Formats: sequence, C-alpha cells, structure tokens
Amino acid sequence: MIGELAKSTYIAWKDFKEYYLKPGSLSWGIIFPFVFALAFMTRRGGLTEWLAPGMISLALFFGSTSMSAMSIVFERRIGSFERLLLFPVGYNTISLGKSLSSFVMGIIASIPVLLLTIIILPQPPVHTLLLLATIIIATFTSSTFGVLISFLVKDPTQVMTVFNIIRFTMMFLSDIIIPVTAMPSYAIPISLALPLTYMTEALRYAYTGTYDILPPGISITISLITGILFLVAAGEVIKKSKP
Amino acid sequence: MKTALPPTSGDCVITVRDLTKKYGDLLAVDHVSFCIRRNEIFGFLGPNGAGKTTTVRMLVGLTNITSGEAKIDGLDVIRDYKRVRSIIGVVPDISNLYSELTSLQNLLFSAAMYGVPKKERLSRAESLLKFFGLWEKRNQKFKNLSKGQKRRLTIAAALTHNPRILFLDEPTSGLDVMSRRIVWRRIKELNRSGVTIFLTTHNVYEAFHISDRIGIINKGRIVALGTPGELERKFGAREVVEAAFQPHNPGIEELSRHIQGALDIKLQGDRFKIVASNPMQVIESLVQYARQRGLELSSLNLRGADAEELFLQIIGGLQ
Repeated sequence: MIGELAKSTYIAWKDFKEYYLKPGSLSWGIIFPFVFALAFMTRRGGLTEWLAPGMISLALFFGSTSMSAMSIVFERRIGSFERLLLFPVGYNTISLGKSLSSFVMGIIASIPVLLLTIIILPQPPVHTLLLLATIIIATFTSSTFGVLISFLVKDPTQVMTVFNIIRFTMMFLSDIIIPVTAMPSYAIPISLALPLTYMTEALRYAYTGTYDILPPGISITISLITGILFLVAAGEVIKKSKP
Repeated sequence: MKTALPPTSGDCVITVRDLTKKYGDLLAVDHVSFCIRRNEIFGFLGPNGAGKTTTVRMLVGLTNITSGEAKIDGLDVIRDYKRVRSIIGVVPDISNLYSELTSLQNLLFSAAMYGVPKKERLSRAESLLKFFGLWEKRNQKFKNLSKGQKRRLTIAAALTHNPRILFLDEPTSGLDVMSRRIVWRRIKELNRSGVTIFLTTHNVYEAFHISDRIGIINKGRIVALGTPGELERKFGAREVVEAAFQPHNPGIEELSRHIQGALDIKLQGDRFKIVASNPMQVIESLVQYARQRGLELSSLNLRGADAEELFLQIIGGLQ
C-alpha cells in the first residue's frame, strides 16, 4: 500500500517536471483563469464576495484539468504512457499519480486568484481554514475528473476540444457566474449533476458564510465521494483500454 | 489449427501455448506455441504485420489474450501481471523516455517505479550509464540526446531492476553501424551475465548474428524454430548464382524468360543475383544465353544462400 502510494508520487513528480511548463498547461491552467478573474474586476459591479469563490473554483478546475489533459494526452499520443503500464504497479496507482500532478497544478493555479480576491475584496474569507480545506478537496475532485475524461476520450488529439466544451459549459452551469437559484428550471437538474457546482457551493460558504442550495457539509461530502469515484473509474478505464 | 509445443527442456523461462489474438475477424496471432530456455538469446523474426509485436505485447501484458496461455518463470502473464513485470524488462520499438528529464533522472524514475530500494537507485543508475557509455550525458535531457544514445538509455531504463528476462523490440532500428554494433555488444554482455533475451526484429542479419535460437512467425503462425545452424540445414539447400555480363547486362525480364531452375532474379548493382532451385541448370542457361546473344559472362559465382535469402525462403517469399 505504502509502496503503491510512493509510486504515485513518483509519477506525479515525473509529470510535473515534464509538463508544467508546456504552453497548454500554462495558458489554459494558469493564465486563462487569472485573466478571467481580472476581467471581472473591470466590469460593472467588479469582483464581489459572491463571485470570488467561483473564480477560485474556476482557477483550480482549469489548472488541474489542463495538467491531466497535457500529461495524459501527450503520453498517449507518443506512446510513452505504455511505459507506466510496464511497471509493476496497479492501475489505480497510475490513476492516483496522474491525479496528484494535476492536483499540484490546480493548487498552483488557485493561489494567484485567491490572493487577488483577498487583496481586492474588503472582507476577508469568513472561514479561512475551511476555505483551504475546501480548496484541497475541490482540487482533488477536479483532478480525478480531468484524469477520467482524459482516458475516456478515445482519440487523444480530441481531448482538449472535449475539455473545453465541458469546461465552458460548466462555467455557466456550475454556480460560478450565474446562481443556481437564478437559472431556468430546466437548467437546474443539469447544474446539480455537475461536480463543480458542489465545489463552488462549498467554497462560497467558506468565503462568505452563506450558500445557495446545499449546506457545506453535504457539498464537501458530495465533492469528496465523486472525486474518489472518478479516481477508481479512471483506474478501471486504464485497465479496459488494453486492446 | 494448433501448433505443437516443442519438447521442453524443463528449463523454459517463457512458455507459450496456443496463444491466439483476434481483432474482430482478423486473426493476428494463430495458436502460437514455443518455449524459451533460460539464459538464451531468442530471436523472434518475421515480416511486418506477421504478428511479432502482438505476440510480445500479449506476453508483457499490454494486449489482452484471446485464447491460450503464456507463462513467464512459471507465472501466468494475466493473473500474476505485477510479479511478471517485476522480473522482466521491456524495451519498446520506440525510444519513449521522458524528454524533459535528464538521463540520470529517467533511470532513477524507472528504478523507483520498479521498487528498487532508495539507497540502491543511484548506484544502479550510475553503473548502467557507464555500461552503456552514457556517463558523460548523465545530466543531459533525453530530448537532447542523439538517436543512438536515446536507444541505449531506453534499454538501460528497462534494466534498472536487474530483470531476469529482457524483451527487446527492434533494438537497433534506425541506428547507424557504430551504434548498432554497440547495442549488439551490450546485448551479448547482458546475456553472458545471465539475462534471457527475447529479441524481436525484422532485421534478418541481426537475428542470425546474435541469437542462440530463432523463431520465425508469418501470418500469425510460427513457421520455423531452431538454431541458426539448424534453420540453415533445414531450409538452406537452395543456392545463389551471381552473374554479370559484358559489354552490358540484359534486362531482368528478358533474362528471366531464358533462365531455367531459378526461383528469384534480382539485379544488385551490376550483378544478377539468382536464387536457384537447380544451380547447375541456372549456370548452363546463363552460359547458353550469353553465347546466343554474343555476350561475355564477366563474372559467375555460386554460393550458399545468405540469412536474408533463407528467411525469404522460409516465409514463402521465393515461391
């Protein structure tokens, strides 16, 4: 067990060294969410306490999924992903390793946006420790989600397109820009089916002390459970991907 | 149709029985059976698309087996996949280590993933860098190495855990003569140190040059199995006549119409290379043809078939 966990960290270390400076990771993972948050500062009404958690959620989601997309797509395309399958490791170990590198990238992506919101907004976060814990759980779930999607898409060259469709859809349906309570009735079930909605809800409670649809305990639990399910599912997809 | 498993010596480190792979209706590997003895270099030879890579991928667990079984050191390659992977090293046909990692970092990563104890990783990596002549390149990123250096490092990465069995897929493909000879020398040294080598190649010379035994696969089935000497004795009865005419060579089609007892005629440089089923008949036809056309046979040579011709004969390329 400890040996497998250690091997996951080696995979994460390798991924991070290999891919964190790649243009795809930097542009989609770090620059885009930061510029997006800056853009909200300049609009009418500026960056509000209600919007800030959504911006953090967006940053960690873009950061982590960009890393998983880069590392998995690139390795599947050039054939080096099979190197990992030749080591004496479990499929869930590989899935966890890929998730860990995405996790680190998600955390890095969320830091500038978090600092920006703390500097600009007059009120500091209401529950600082809960905010940090929620960022960690939300980044974990985003990472495993990104890893699962990267393995589910059969053609590696199409992963970025699929990711962007998912990411931009989630941006508008996951309580980030538009409150779930303000959505048309047909959009609410879709919003509730998206993991990012619960991450944003939990972050919003930690930041403002209020929530739109669910108490933070439930949102965090849902986030964590879906994160673990994505991780195990990704391991199964890797196993079944053998021709 | 089943292939009989050759008699085992009781020391088979790889045992393959009726191994079959189907992709939909396509039968890629058709009931293949063979045994590889401990500490031998086994050359697995076949033309492109013959089923070599699919067979190896099934053995190392990268491709699912449709039917049949494969055991490595007594372990089932499906059920005991983790234990199997800890005793084998696999070098794929492409040099696909991690481009942003240095040579040393690549080897340390590989050692860590194979579960080599932390205090042994560095010394293991350093000795491999020296063994493969890459010590000077230890801090150079993989992407900045030459093709030959990348190939050697990829082989080194498969050896960080001291595997008992090494699978090599086209180890010298695309390398220049010097690099090729370095790789061959290292393979032989590894074998002498006790590593069983499973060498997959379509380079006939390579297989005959360094293998103790050779298995030839064609259209998914094993068509020949034995030592290079055994294969030569069994299939190498045919001989080759080399001839050149003065003042000019005739066209290949023209010559083909007049030469009897020939299986295949090729023009290589300024010489015809004629694979003969009946060499005396070929020579008589050549002499007669030259006389009739007023040409002179400036060169006429009879020799045994070389490895490439032997291979073509075995897979039916000369029929």
